[in-house]
Order: sequence, then C-alpha cells, then structure tokens
Amino acid sequence: MSAIRQSQFVNKHEALWKHFDEWLDYQELSRWKKRSKKNPIKAPDDLDLPHAYRQICHHFALANSRLYNPILVERLNKLVIRGHQKLYSTRTHFWRDILQFFAGGFPALVRQEWKVVSIAAFLFYAPFIAILVAIQFYPDLIYSVMDGSQVRDLESMYDPELHDKLGRERESDSDVYMFGFYIKHNIGIDFQLFAGGMLFGIGSLFFLLFNGIFLGAAFGHMTYIGYYDTFWGFVVGHGSFELQAAFLSGAAGLKLAQALIMPGRKSRGRALVDNGKIAVKIMYGVIVMSVIAAFIEAFWSSSVMPVMIKYVVGACLWALVAAYFVFVGRKAT
Amino acid sequence: MALDTLYHVNTPEGISLRLSPAGPVPRMLAWMIDILIRLAINAVMFSVLAFMGNTGMGIGLIITFLLEWFYPVYFELYKNGQTPGKKAFNLYVTMENASPITPAASVIRNLLRFVDFLPLFYGFGFVSMMISNRFQRLGDLVASTVVLHKALDHNVLDEIKAEPITPPVSLKLNEQQALIRFYQRRPYLTDERADELANFTGPLLDKNEPAPASRLMGISSWIMGNR
Repeated sequence: MSAIRQSQFVNKHEALWKHFDEWLDYQELSRWKKRSKKNPIKAPDDLDLPHAYRQICHHFALANSRLYNPILVERLNKLVIRGHQKLYSTRTHFWRDILQFFAGGFPALVRQEWKVVSIAAFLFYAPFIAILVAIQFYPDLIYSVMDGSQVRDLESMYDPELHDKLGRERESDSDVYMFGFYIKHNIGIDFQLFAGGMLFGIGSLFFLLFNGIFLGAAFGHMTYIGYYDTFWGFVVGHGSFELQAAFLSGAAGLKLAQALIMPGRKSRGRALVDNGKIAVKIMYGVIVMSVIAAFIEAFWSSSVMPVMIKYVVGACLWALVAAYFVFVGRKAT
Repeated sequence: MALDTLYHVNTPEGISLRLSPAGPVPRMLAWMIDILIRLAINAVMFSVLAFMGNTGMGIGLIITFLLEWFYPVYFELYKNGQTPGKKAFNLYVTMENASPITPAASVIRNLLRFVDFLPLFYGFGFVSMMISNRFQRLGDLVASTVVLHKALDHNVLDEIKAEPITPPVSLKLNEQQALIRFYQRRPYLTDERADELANFTGPLLDKNEPAPASRLMGISSWIMGNR
C-alpha cells in the first residue's frame, strides 16, 4: 500500500492546501469584516488563484488515481470545489446591466416574444372588455362574479355622494399604508400568474381569465351605476402600468408553459431552462412596472384634484407605456 | 446503476468534482428554520412599526413582501448560496455545474417556490424532487440549480492500530480496497454503524462474531502489510 508515498505527498503539498484554504476563507469575508479589528482571520499572503487551483486539481487527480486515503481525497475534492466556485464566479456590472435592460432590452424582449405576449393580452383583455360591455345590458351579471357584500363595498368606495370632492379621500399617512398594500398584493398576484405557467400553463390561464373577468365586472358595474368620475378618475392613472404588468407576467408564465407543452427539438428540461431565462427577464420588468403602478395608485390616484387633470395625466401615462413598448430599444436590435 | 446520490461534474481542468445533492428532509428542516427566522423578524418589526400608525404598517407590508420573496435571493447571492437555515444544515445552493448561482437563477427558483408549494405544503416540489435524479424541485429544474451538502472537515488519521488477522479466504483487489477504505473511515463511524457495515462481509467473519468491526480492522491491517 502506498501509505508512505501518501504521507510524502501530503507533507510536500500540505502548505499549499492550507494556504489555499485560508486565502479562500479570507476572500469570503465581507468588506466590512475585513477591516474590523476583531477579525479572527488575518490576511494571508497573496495567491495566484488560477495557478494554485490548477495545481490542486492535479493533486486531486493524482490522489484519485493512486487510490490514496478516501479522507484525503475527500478533503481535496472539497478544496477543488471551493476553488472552482471562486474561479468561475461571475462579476457582473449590476447597476449598468439594469439600466441597459430598461433603456432598451425590456421593450425589445417584449416585442421579440410578441406571440406569448399577445396571447396573454387577449386572455386578459377579451373577458375584461366582454363583461364590461355585457354588464351595460345585463346589469345583474355582476352578481355572478361577486357576491352582494363585495358589490356594496365597491360601491361605497367610489360613491360620489359620500365624497364631496372627487377621488378617494384618505388621511395622508394612509397613503404609505396603501403603497405597501398594493405592492404586497399586486406583485404577489403577478408572481402567481408567472409561477402558474409551470402547471402546463393552466395556472397562468386561470389567473389571466379570472383577473380579466373580475376587473372587467368591477369596471362595468361602476360604469353602469354612473360613478364615472370617482371610479375612472381613480383607476385611469395607475391602470396604465398595472394592467400591462398583469398580462406580461401571464406571458412570462405562458413562456414556461410553452417549454412544457411544445419544447420543439429540445428536451423539456433544456427548453424550460432556456425559456426560464427569458421569462425571468420579463418578470424583472413586471416588478418595476408594478412598483410604479403601486406608487401612482397610492400617491397620485388618491389625491384630490379636478377630474379633467386626472384624465389628461392618465391618457399621457397610457401613451407613455404604449410608446415605451413600441419605440424604445429599436436601435439595439 | 449508482447506489448513492453523488454526481460528477467535469471541469475544464480535466478533473471531475464529486457533488452530493441534498434530499428533502434536511432541506425541509432548513426551510423551517428560515420560516421561523422570518416570522421572528416580522413579529419584531410589526411591534416596532405599530408605533408609527398607518405609515408604519405600510412600511411593514413592503418589508414582509420583500422577506416573503427575496429573503432567499439575498442569501443565495451574497452569502455563498446559504440562507441561515441552510447554513445550519451545511447545505448550499449552486448551479448544476457547481459554479456559483447567478442572480437570474436565484430569482427564478424563488419565484417558482409558489408552484412547488402547491397543492399543499410543497407537494409538487416533493414529487419533483423524487422524480429528478438530483433532488431538484420545479424551481431548481427551471433555474438549473441544485442544493448540495457541504463536505465536513475530516482529518487523515494514520495512527490507527489493529492486530493483523490473516483473512480466512483470498480476496480480490476491489474487495481489498473496500476493506482498506473501511479501515480508514472507521474513526468517523459510530461503533454500532461500524458493526452493522462489517456484518455485510459474510465469510470474513466467524459465526456469531462478537466484534465484527474490530475483526475487519485486523484483516484490513493484514492486507495493508502489517504482520
């Protein structure tokens, strides 16, 4: 057995392994800890990472082929994994990437994925508009979507006679509360629309149709009972971002579903990984859009203001969102 | 077919890394620690923010939202793939090829936690872990990530001594190697486990051997050249 040769091998390289281990320990400390005086680990000497890593890879291969002690092999395996993690970590320009993404990448991506995007938009807006119109002729339809108490809550929220001024009045400190509420609630729904794609698209399909019908019914009912200015004045501003974000997250979900249902010439696993990368980028955009929508909804939509201004600003926001997705990022592609 | 759950990744340096994916039980325990930590943070935060009225509640809601979806993302990206719960169980998240997890992968696997959780308490996630050969839940499959065991520190011990015993039958090379491995791992096994493993060796042991592990150690010592 190679017990003697093994101990020679260990003696010869022990110093390098130890140094490598300590160097990695030190590198893993946060910047703040490196500076603090209580830091238990002193800075080891500099190390040529790629060179040292290759040497240790070599030792690992030797130890394996010479059938050295499995515990020694295990230790080298651990060192090699740590080195591999360090050497092949990627340094990204986080903020620059984000800026570039929103300055062009995102709308270009949405146009590139126009198929799933338009399917999702149709699944969301078709029932929305259909039920909005239908309620004008068959007003009782609202009760097949919501129950009586929900309808009453909705009515009292936007009743013009309860509010002498237009808009939904609140104490100003509750604006922040509503901001928090909209973020948690609305983005939570967006994430469900996305994740539902993993159920062969059924989840996304359900949530798109459900939200389309539910919102459409609310819009239709408010229009039917004549709360035009309180209701439309309130929703027109943030709706520009919120509704688009909703169906875009559905589109991201459908992208996952596409990989499961028609993976093409890839395996399903491979297709999922590839489509997941696209879908998550759409979700980055959705998150930002939803935060903007929540901000507008909490701080602008609720403010008291002549209703004409609200309509004008609302129209501008809709035009802005449309222009963003149609025109921005054309040069890069 | 491999009996254990290890898998290998070939690196550009021409070696193959040996990785061991973590199964559902340690992952569930780690998840429970994380849930408790999050609940504790929420409880403390809301009782402090309660003094700030509605504004405080609003901030609280935003923070719960961030904790709910991005708590694991933060730790996976900035703490070497280990949430506090995973750290407690020596687990870490990494890409399938053992390189560090990317931001996109981390976001995907944590947003898809929602489907893994369905229909009840990680039902789909569990089924997916059982079907995939690296214990991956659906989020892991899409992000191509995997949760691994971090190897513990073991030191090589050379000073084990055992009285050499001549093996009763002649042994093939791979059998000899298995015995030597057993010899080297012995200090890291409990006595009961060592005896249990030793009992699989059949003809090497006498009938009703009182201490199978130490007899096997003797045979291994003989194979390694001690007389």
